[in-house]
Amino acid sequence: MTAIAEQPLTGGIPPHARAEHAHGPTGLMKWITSTDHKVIGKSYLITSFVFFCMAGIMAMLMRTQLAAPDNTVVSQHAYNELFTMHGSLMLYLFAGPFAFGGLANYIVPLQIGAPDMAFPRLNALSYWLYLGGGLTMVSGFLVVGGAADFGWVAYAPLSDAVNSPGAGADMWIMALVLTGFSAIFTGVNIVTTVFYLRAPGMTMFRVPIFTWNMVVTAILILIAFPVLTSALVMLWCDRHLGTHIFEVSGGGVPVLWQNLFWFFGHPEVYILALPFFGIVTEVIPVFSKKPVFGYRTMIFATIAIGALSTSVWAHHMFTTGTVLLPFFSLMTYLIAVPTGIKFFNWIGTMWQGRIEFTTAMLFSIGFLVVFLFGGVTGIILASPPLDFATHDTYFVVAHFHEVLFGSAVFGGFSGIYYWYPKITGRMMHEGLGKTSFWLMFVGFWVTFMPQYLLGLHGMPRRIAEYPSVNGWTGLNQISTAGAYMLFLSVFVMVVNFAISWLHPVPASANPWDAHTLEWATTSPPPHHNFERLPPVRSERPVWDLNHPEHRTLTAHGATPRPEPALVGQGAVGHGAVGQGAATFDPEDRDR
Amino acid sequence: MRVEAIFLLVISVFCGTVAVCYWMFSGEQSGTVMLAGGCLLGLLPGGYYLWWSRRMDRRAEDDPEATLEDGAGVIGAFPSSSVWPFVLGVGFALIALAFVFGVWTAAVGLSVVFSAVIGVILESRRGGVV
Repeated sequence: MTAIAEQPLTGGIPPHARAEHAHGPTGLMKWITSTDHKVIGKSYLITSFVFFCMAGIMAMLMRTQLAAPDNTVVSQHAYNELFTMHGSLMLYLFAGPFAFGGLANYIVPLQIGAPDMAFPRLNALSYWLYLGGGLTMVSGFLVVGGAADFGWVAYAPLSDAVNSPGAGADMWIMALVLTGFSAIFTGVNIVTTVFYLRAPGMTMFRVPIFTWNMVVTAILILIAFPVLTSALVMLWCDRHLGTHIFEVSGGGVPVLWQNLFWFFGHPEVYILALPFFGIVTEVIPVFSKKPVFGYRTMIFATIAIGALSTSVWAHHMFTTGTVLLPFFSLMTYLIAVPTGIKFFNWIGTMWQGRIEFTTAMLFSIGFLVVFLFGGVTGIILASPPLDFATHDTYFVVAHFHEVLFGSAVFGGFSGIYYWYPKITGRMMHEGLGKTSFWLMFVGFWVTFMPQYLLGLHGMPRRIAEYPSVNGWTGLNQISTAGAYMLFLSVFVMVVNFAISWLHPVPASANPWDAHTLEWATTSPPPHHNFERLPPVRSERPVWDLNHPEHRTLTAHGATPRPEPALVGQGAVGHGAVGQGAATFDPEDRDR
Repeated sequence: MRVEAIFLLVISVFCGTVAVCYWMFSGEQSGTVMLAGGCLLGLLPGGYYLWWSRRMDRRAEDDPEATLEDGAGVIGAFPSSSVWPFVLGVGFALIALAFVFGVWTAAVGLSVVFSAVIGVILESRRGGVV
């Protein structure tokens, strides 16, 4: 046991902690036994990236199958398994755990100046539950009858014992129970860490937006995942114990599954998106050399998105005819308002900034464009008449890929390029990074724009074959070509990892001249994170330390917070920054 | 603690309001129950935090003027490396597989979980104070 007793943070790491670290297990045993949030975070990042690549290969198989009418690359049954596992892996095992398990684990304690997560052993247990769940889900391919093949949403009665017999479906259910508990434990851990382990002076309204988004995400997880877990238990009981919860034959209600699933499923969409909003909100100010525009508004918008996302679930169920259309339509439109505020603030942050087009920044700007387009088609789908026309077509497929690919991949890769130096102590190759970005950006539009058109031409989703007479062939071929570009882009990214592994370029503690506390420590950080902490007087403590002449203007109490950088005028901070209340001079930016 | 409390209570009030509106307009049961659950989820910890925030001294992390010296002292207990979370995870995975392949994996899984629980408890007793 390491004890940090009677040691001020300024005094550095206690000697016995250092000694324990030096004599701790190494090699494989380090990865198995560590309770250090940084090791666990890296485990999450690597594991989820592997699942991402697996799910990407499944997507390639599906796009190859769809490249020609009546194609026979994979069988109908295999195709059903592929799209189910592609969706499940991407949503449950990549997008969520990558950001919420990996980056949050690694970055959140660093950003708030904490030595570790609040419950380190629970944190380790979360990872092992996640890995166990992930392996259970993937090994569905190895059992008789194959993996689950009822779509990632597992609608009843398709998912019952008659329509989906076999061990693969049960493995899918149990895998989700395991990863669900993993997510719940991580959620508890992150909320506790942020509420109780912040550095002195780090008030809740100085916590970086990334961490704020993780707190809101954690609350959403606590609201949503228990519902999924209990629904899965009910589904398992229907399959094996003869209950009739989702079966009409015994007096059950199949649409109840949809209600329960989407009450999880829609918050889940924001559980996947909000962490990546947080990444983008860290990257854009750093590479615009400005504080984030409307810091508090960003936080309130995040909370509003989180709250509203609990009351829009049935917009996935408009065509069931059993839901209150005006209510869910209205709530869905409302959610566009805080999202719009966020876009306004991101653009406001870049406005008149000195923008550096690094790879991380390019991916963040790519995220803005892509997510905006996905969001706009989301508005279309929120209108019941339009949804009736496009439900279950490729229009919906294109919409949610733009939203989720936009956040999880563009946002996620932005986060990788931004924090890679901190996590590994090495720089990534910028040229390869930009190649990867442009391949992905172009490939993205080539892949998904044709799918909107296919949807409008009436091509249903989840079909393995289509006839040649409908005129869908050309658009499908363009989409497949785009998918191969995306594959190539990820391959370039993997090459970039390999190069940084074989020919390391050492990174300094703060290579980007960034703002938040994780850049105050070494790259990679030592055991228990900080040798010393800068004073926290704004949401940009490291910037304030490095640029005392351009400190972040803060005003506590009644004085409104000035936002000089957008209007380009001077403003005077009050009190909180001490005697050095800095006057902002727009010309300083050009020096 | 006040900001944390208000944050949770806002979520509670929102879910509660929506639950009432939703019930009045739709009469649908499952969604109302889940929204009410969301309301309670914010209310319990949020109310607890608010109750405490009025009875405790302001923490250094809530004080905008706090210096690092104000935060000196015990931060918490941070266990060193431990193999038991891994063992516990393997045990839970085996128990989960019992729901697919039958009871025999649960027998193995339960014994693994019990040994891990014993291991964790003994480790905590051995561990340092903080």
